[in-house]
Amino acid sequence: MADQKVISRQTGVEDTQYKWGFEFDIESEVAPKGLNEGTVRFISAKKKEPDWLLKWRLKAFEHWVDQGDDASPKWAKLNFEDIDFQDIIYYAAPKSSDDAPKSLDDVDPEILEAFDKLGIPLHEQEKLSGVAIDAVLDSVSVATTYQDMLKEAGVIFCPISEAVQKYPDLVQKYLGSVVPYSDNFYATLNSAVFSDGSFCYVPPGVRCPIELMTYFRINEADSGQFERTLIIADEGSYVSYLEGCTAPMRKSHQLHAAVVELVALKDAEIKYSTLQNWYPGDKNGEGGVYNFVTKRGAARGENSKISWTQVETGSAITWKYPSVILQGDNSVGEFYSVALVNNYQQADTGTKMIHIGKNTKSTIIAKGISAGKAQSTYRGQVSILPGADNARNFTQCDSLLIGDECGAHTVPYIEVRNPTAKMGHEATTSKVNDDQLFYLQQRGIDLEESNYMIINGFCRGIFKELPFEFAMEASQLLRVSLEGTVG
Amino acid sequence: MSNFEKLIEIKNLHVSVAETEILKGINLSIGEGEVHAIMGPNGSGKSTLANVIAGRPGYSVTSGDIVYKGDSILKVAPEIRARAGIFLAFQYPVELPGVRTWQFLKAAIDAIRKGNGQEELKIRDFDKLLEEKRQLMEMDPDLVRRSVNEGFSGGEKKRNEILQLALLDPSLALLDETDSGLDIDALRIVSHGVNIFKSPEKSILIVTHYQRILDYITPDYVHVLVDGKIVRSGDSSLAMELEEKGYDWVKDGAGEEVHP
Amino acid sequence: MQETSLILNKYEEDFDSISSNNPKWSSDLRNKAMDTFREIGFPVRRKGNEKWKYTNARPIASVEYSSAKFEKIDSDDIKLIAPWHESWINLLFVNGHYQETFSDNLSTNIQISNMASDDLAVNLTSNVGGIMDYSDDGFAALNTAFMSDGPIITVPEGENSGIVINLIFYNQGLSDTVNYPRVLITTGGNSTVNVIENYVGGSGDQTFTNSVSEIYVGEDATVNHYRLMNETDDTYDVGYGRVRIDTNGTFNSRSFFRGCGIGRYDLNVSIEGENASCDLQGLYFTNGAQHMDNFINIDHVRPNCQSNLFYKGILAGRSRAVFGGTVLVRKEAQKTDSIQSDKNLILSPHAEVDSKPALFIYADDVKCAHGATAGNIDADTVFYMRSRGIDLEAASRLIIYGFAGEIIDTVEIPELRSYLAESFLNSLPSHRFEF
Ligand SMILES: Nc1ncnc2c1ncn2[C@@H]1O[C@H](COP(=O)(O)OP(=O)(O)O)[C@@H](O)[C@H]1O
Ligand SMILES: [Mg+2]
Repeated sequence: MADQKVISRQTGVEDTQYKWGFEFDIESEVAPKGLNEGTVRFISAKKKEPDWLLKWRLKAFEHWVDQGDDASPKWAKLNFEDIDFQDIIYYAAPKSSDDAPKSLDDVDPEILEAFDKLGIPLHEQEKLSGVAIDAVLDSVSVATTYQDMLKEAGVIFCPISEAVQKYPDLVQKYLGSVVPYSDNFYATLNSAVFSDGSFCYVPPGVRCPIELMTYFRINEADSGQFERTLIIADEGSYVSYLEGCTAPMRKSHQLHAAVVELVALKDAEIKYSTLQNWYPGDKNGEGGVYNFVTKRGAARGENSKISWTQVETGSAITWKYPSVILQGDNSVGEFYSVALVNNYQQADTGTKMIHIGKNTKSTIIAKGISAGKAQSTYRGQVSILPGADNARNFTQCDSLLIGDECGAHTVPYIEVRNPTAKMGHEATTSKVNDDQLFYLQQRGIDLEESNYMIINGFCRGIFKELPFEFAMEASQLLRVSLEGTVG
Repeated sequence: MSNFEKLIEIKNLHVSVAETEILKGINLSIGEGEVHAIMGPNGSGKSTLANVIAGRPGYSVTSGDIVYKGDSILKVAPEIRARAGIFLAFQYPVELPGVRTWQFLKAAIDAIRKGNGQEELKIRDFDKLLEEKRQLMEMDPDLVRRSVNEGFSGGEKKRNEILQLALLDPSLALLDETDSGLDIDALRIVSHGVNIFKSPEKSILIVTHYQRILDYITPDYVHVLVDGKIVRSGDSSLAMELEEKGYDWVKDGAGEEVHP
Repeated sequence: MQETSLILNKYEEDFDSISSNNPKWSSDLRNKAMDTFREIGFPVRRKGNEKWKYTNARPIASVEYSSAKFEKIDSDDIKLIAPWHESWINLLFVNGHYQETFSDNLSTNIQISNMASDDLAVNLTSNVGGIMDYSDDGFAALNTAFMSDGPIITVPEGENSGIVINLIFYNQGLSDTVNYPRVLITTGGNSTVNVIENYVGGSGDQTFTNSVSEIYVGEDATVNHYRLMNETDDTYDVGYGRVRIDTNGTFNSRSFFRGCGIGRYDLNVSIEGENASCDLQGLYFTNGAQHMDNFINIDHVRPNCQSNLFYKGILAGRSRAVFGGTVLVRKEAQKTDSIQSDKNLILSPHAEVDSKPALFIYADDVKCAHGATAGNIDADTVFYMRSRGIDLEAASRLIIYGFAGEIIDTVEIPELRSYLAESFLNSLPSHRFEF
């Protein structure tokens, strides 16, 4: 099997299903627990940010305080205890990163070793895989690989904190232009306290020569992670971006509230893939990451395209709706998703496709798998606005239930305001087909493997949207997450 | 007799779909009582030609003309063409959920009769006519009561097309791959329907990929369409030759263009 | 816009004035419902209000209505605006008050009584209000507090005469009035009943119809329920259907919307016995500035049951249609087979449809599917018809008829079917598709 290949995060810890749950032993610098204006200023000062950014953060903070905790969205089908926002550390950084590394050689060997342990060998990466990686540990980016090759192509790929210093005009122009600071409770929080994340700019006409990847890791206990990603594909350019995430096993819940903004200009294409494998909590639902993420792309230019692919197997709570605003005429939006929940996990995830331009087209394929006592909800909105002549949408949502203690839910919102539009939504819910299972078993394959094969087949259409290495990884994640769900 | 020389004359017809030229200068004339066959590989433009004659929206005629019964019909609405006697048997007949076959056929026949200054058909007469044609096409009596083409098998749909041909009795029948997807029995029934229609006043254009249907309906002329152009024309023996040698034989302008 | 507190005062006044006339058995129920209404008011909150996500209740809630009084009208006039047949039991309610039956001495085993009469046995108390849970719904609480006349239809065991009960709720259109129709249908084992509910009338300034129907489908029983909304555009209408189905029971519902300004039909079917089924179909045709919200919940409580939810909409003018269909399959409801679909034909660039066909599933051995479509007619379909000589307008008409006919054709009462075919289809716009 190819499961030990480049991006695999297999480690020596074998006694648990979650194989990425160990903790790094790295000295950190942390902000005091809690959130007030001082925290925001502290983070901004740490990053030596320009005044406009501090002001923007403060505006967001003010808005967040004004609306109160009550403003957190309640419509999702999620049950969890209220989050105490004063009991979270909003900034944690490995000590050594205070003077940000200029190249990999400056990166603390301990951190390199730690990422090595996760199966993300930053050094070897450069030689092997053809994937440029930005590794983010807790609040800061610790290493970005493949800089030379990217520079040659003119592609900017660096931590967003670095971009703020080096490319302030680009950042100022686009930051918050897709997800304004007032967008929703968690996005507002993120705007106030975001720490790091990746920035990418692909200049006109450039096809980014390699896959870009950011690897996120929460390490610090009680810390939240609030990264911010901004990707801009200028006219006629193309970029494929991957994102992977893990966290150590902790008894308490950790908050992750990220914001991702994508902008595709005329004739540009962005392909964004996620493998989300934050710590899901243990068999009894203790611990696990609360994942409240706002991801949105603006297909701004004519003929632009934004494609989201996500494989969500981790987190205790997932609240996430990667969306596309189809502004440009003939623009295309896609959403391909596998969400697998087990034990006490809950996922409420889906997408929004907002058709504004003429001849815009969107496709939504979502696969949900629920096992154990878990609940999974697809929630998706398709809006076809009056000007969106000849807009097309096709949506298909399929859910599989494994066992009779879990739930699978589908909640589409379809809003059509143009008679030339055509939209179709289909959804099914069932269990793994007994005949298929029997057929495989009759050929000598054991129940667990049969189950895996069928479910893997169920997800194949999504996996094939992922870059090859990631697809292997996704299959692997699926296998691990399904362990113990049958028999 | 008619006051025009040819029933339909297609003159240097160029047709594009979304800026791509598909027909690149077609010349073809069909006289009354003639049976023509158009053969050609997939994607060569056969359906495009049949659809453009019937007036399907979405195609743009960039140059050339189609003259039917002496008049140019390029600007004529599809229903007016139908009333003037142009009938297209679709390669992919459309399903009409909720629209009953009976109701649809009655509406069509009355529209065509009215277009020709005739009265609407009395229900009893229509039912008799329909029953006669249904039997001719060996259709299940139930199909007539169901929604048009909905849930019909491929063969039933094709037979329904020929049933409509028989019922509407046009001057020019364009049969687009009516033979494809038919088993041998259905092919016999469909061909029988077409042969009954065939007469000295009726003209037929058979669009097909295979030579098979031409064993049942003998064409007077055969044209080979490759990449939007008629690359060769001949009599029915051309079809046999094609069947033997394949389309490569006539490609690259190997054949000589002949006007019947 | 009026202050809400002022409006609520108006209801208090009304409540005081009616309470002396009402039968004793209902006073507890009314008082409790009024308490609930006082507490929760109308569902006017916009943010996070999933139940009323696409319908703003504020225009309905902000009119100062008084309860509509009874005025006798000529029942022959009614025959012009509602379906009617001499073989049916026809009951007329004017402004929410019973007027008369205009059927001639039809003999039936079905017992029909008026819930406003005092001589009802006390045991009815437990039935009226027994299915409608108004605890979280201001409009339903309001109806329960204010209901006056209403038929209590009790179908005895084994009754299968196939008789049709036609209820006509006529809103006379007295300005700023509200009427509160209320229906209770209870079926004994192995019986069948056909009930038509008509909501008609309106005109003059703002009137409001606020109805509740409670239906109990007994073991092996079948209820065929038809509901027609055909009120003028100055009428608001918020209606409830609450249905419980027992073992082997069947509930068939056909709902037709043609008119009223802002309308909502909240139908909730709870399948509480094994091997039971429901088949809910509807057709809404919205025009002008009309707004219609079909809010439907199916609750699968027990195993081996089926549900079919199939609605179709035709939207013209500047109208808006909302479809909120939710199928809930509980943990015990294994072997559930459920299909849900909402199809919309949008004829106008200014119309809007909002469709939310949701599934909530907690049992694994189920077959559930849902679908929704919206759009204009397929260009290929129109071309196919035109190539057969049928012009654009006729083709459009045939297609729209066919679209609507799929629902109308399922009506099993022949007189009602032809009434609907005529009245519905004739009101459809002669539309031309632009191709
Ligand atoms: N509506 C259309 N839109 C885009 N391309 C079309 C359309 N109709 C036909 N074409 C293209 O035109 C060419 C000829 O198609 P067609 O006439 O269907 O060929 P044939 O019937 O000979 O197989 C094909 O390449 C086909 O893809
Ligand atoms: Mg063809």
